[in-house]
Amino acid sequence: MTKAITAQSLRKVYPGNPPVEALASIDVEIQDNEFFTLLGPSGCGKTTLLRLIAGFEHPTSGKLDMFGESLLDAPPYKRPINTVFQNYALFPHMTVSENIAFGLQMLGTPKASVKATVGEMMELVQMSHLADRQTGQISGGQQQRVALARALAPRPKILLLDEPLSALDFKLRKQMQLELKRLQTETGITFIFVTHDQEEALTMSDRIAVMSNGAIRQIGRPREIYDRPADRFVADFIGDTNFLPAEVISNNAEVTRLRLSSGQEVEAHGSGSAQGKVTLALRPEHAELTADGAGLLSGTLREVVYFGTDTHFHVTLDDRSDFVLRRQNSPTDGNDFATGDRVGLTFPAGAAQVLRD
Amino acid sequence: MAELSNTISQRAARNRWLLLTPALIILIFAASGPLLITLFYSFLTPGDYGGVEWEFSTDAWFGVLMQRDIFDDTLGWSDAHLSILWRSVKLSVLTTIACLFFGFPTAYFIATRPKKQREFWMLLIIIPFWTNLLIRTFAILELIRNEGTINSVLMGLGIIDEPIQMLFTEFSIILGMVYVYLPLMVLPIYASLERLDFRLVEAGYDLYATRFNVLRRVILPLVKPGVIAGSILVLVPSLGAYVTPRVMGGGNQLMLGNLIELQFGQGRNWPLGAALSITLLAIVMVALLAYVRAAGNEEVKHG
Repeated sequence: MTKAITAQSLRKVYPGNPPVEALASIDVEIQDNEFFTLLGPSGCGKTTLLRLIAGFEHPTSGKLDMFGESLLDAPPYKRPINTVFQNYALFPHMTVSENIAFGLQMLGTPKASVKATVGEMMELVQMSHLADRQTGQISGGQQQRVALARALAPRPKILLLDEPLSALDFKLRKQMQLELKRLQTETGITFIFVTHDQEEALTMSDRIAVMSNGAIRQIGRPREIYDRPADRFVADFIGDTNFLPAEVISNNAEVTRLRLSSGQEVEAHGSGSAQGKVTLALRPEHAELTADGAGLLSGTLREVVYFGTDTHFHVTLDDRSDFVLRRQNSPTDGNDFATGDRVGLTFPAGAAQVLRD
Repeated sequence: MAELSNTISQRAARNRWLLLTPALIILIFAASGPLLITLFYSFLTPGDYGGVEWEFSTDAWFGVLMQRDIFDDTLGWSDAHLSILWRSVKLSVLTTIACLFFGFPTAYFIATRPKKQREFWMLLIIIPFWTNLLIRTFAILELIRNEGTINSVLMGLGIIDEPIQMLFTEFSIILGMVYVYLPLMVLPIYASLERLDFRLVEAGYDLYATRFNVLRRVILPLVKPGVIAGSILVLVPSLGAYVTPRVMGGGNQLMLGNLIELQFGQGRNWPLGAALSITLLAIVMVALLAYVRAAGNEEVKHG
């Protein structure tokens, strides 16, 4: 597979007192035709990485290639890369169709061809009926579509999307998520998507890079990121996680045998080289309640919260740490546990993940 | 109840008028009043030692553009007045263009500095404003006169043998007016640029626009209100300029302002001066209307 973007030891430091290191040293390969997401909290460097790829910023050091050729000497207007900006950045003095035509005009495309492509693009994002509107006269969701059409019209090799859905309301966001995924599949363009919304990242991406403090913590498919978080940050940032202290008894490449705080032994996944005290990550839906003493851990049930699709059980373990357990509801379920009960907790071998520290 | 609310609304109306009084007094006595007196004087006969005779005459208006030959009484265009009129318009337009040419990059430079530095650069633009106009004009004169700084340095370096005649030319008048009025161009353009969302500039670059195209297609259309305001602020005082052409033009490069002054001074023809003043006012108004309409049309086309 060809690589759309290759970054090697990419570093960006903003001068100042003290200087701000926005990207520590990034190594990442983004495949052609991939929906790749940069996920992280604000200030993690994901937007800086996007701006380096777009050409708005210049890296302090490192290599940045596109399809095997260096990007570093190309100004933004010479890169076949387009951006959907966070606030859309539509030109307020132009109509919808003029906005979409802008990139093609700047490339010197013949007039007839510009017109045809603009029509096609407006069709694609279902905006044909608003072609002559000013951009200030259309709704946020419509502006979003125009921004998308404007960026796609020149047929870029790579499309950068900087939190494009953050300004939309919940329902529209859901709809646009599906639409973006459809557009990416239809056009075959590499999408690099920046977001701080983990759910958005999990639903749309082929692969996700989780970032924090200017570094990439883990790169993987959504499932890998969710089920096999590499470290505590990733486990904590994506979804809900219980952290359990444990001690390594033995390990091989795939499976680690550990002793929990209760003295029980369990097998967990990952980190073949870990020794001594480690932390286990366990998703709330991967654990089950049992009778007291029958499980791997035991504790007191503090709270039962009904959520419709599922119920959350808050347990205080005997080592005084908190544990949350999630159980899918079904109409035949009885309410078998009540607040204040002594309960046991269990989970299958391999459900927990040993975290790298 | 109805009666009460009536009284209240009457009182409110009266209070409104009361609050407006100072502004109205100023408008009547300081703006419209003198203008009406000027208009009135332009239809009177000049007095022998200045002032006016209370006798109706249209001679002054006639004299704005025409003249009667002293010897054979034939009618003809007043070449002197026409050339002064033409020079006023030409130099004012050139000054406005020059101010735009230098003012826009200056405003852009300041607007793209970090926020803390902008105040400093703005201060540099505004400081000359705090100095007397005459002093500033004489400072320029000192630089460009034949024995002035520029010529002395060039001759000292052996680059030229004779001083370059810069003073008392149309060039020197434009130079003087550009120097004096440049801040009036920079300030409104800067105000527009400061509000400009520079992410739009990035979007332009992102969509393959070169620097020139970003300027032409994105920045200029968005800061046009500032450019128009700046141009008006420079053009209007340039048309009526008096001090600068007097000092830098040396008396043989008259502009409308100087011609008017002449009628009230040595010329002792107050009605003609009054008629010329009204003419200047009319030129300014026509220029403004034309400019605003042109700009407005553009707006409609885009909007």
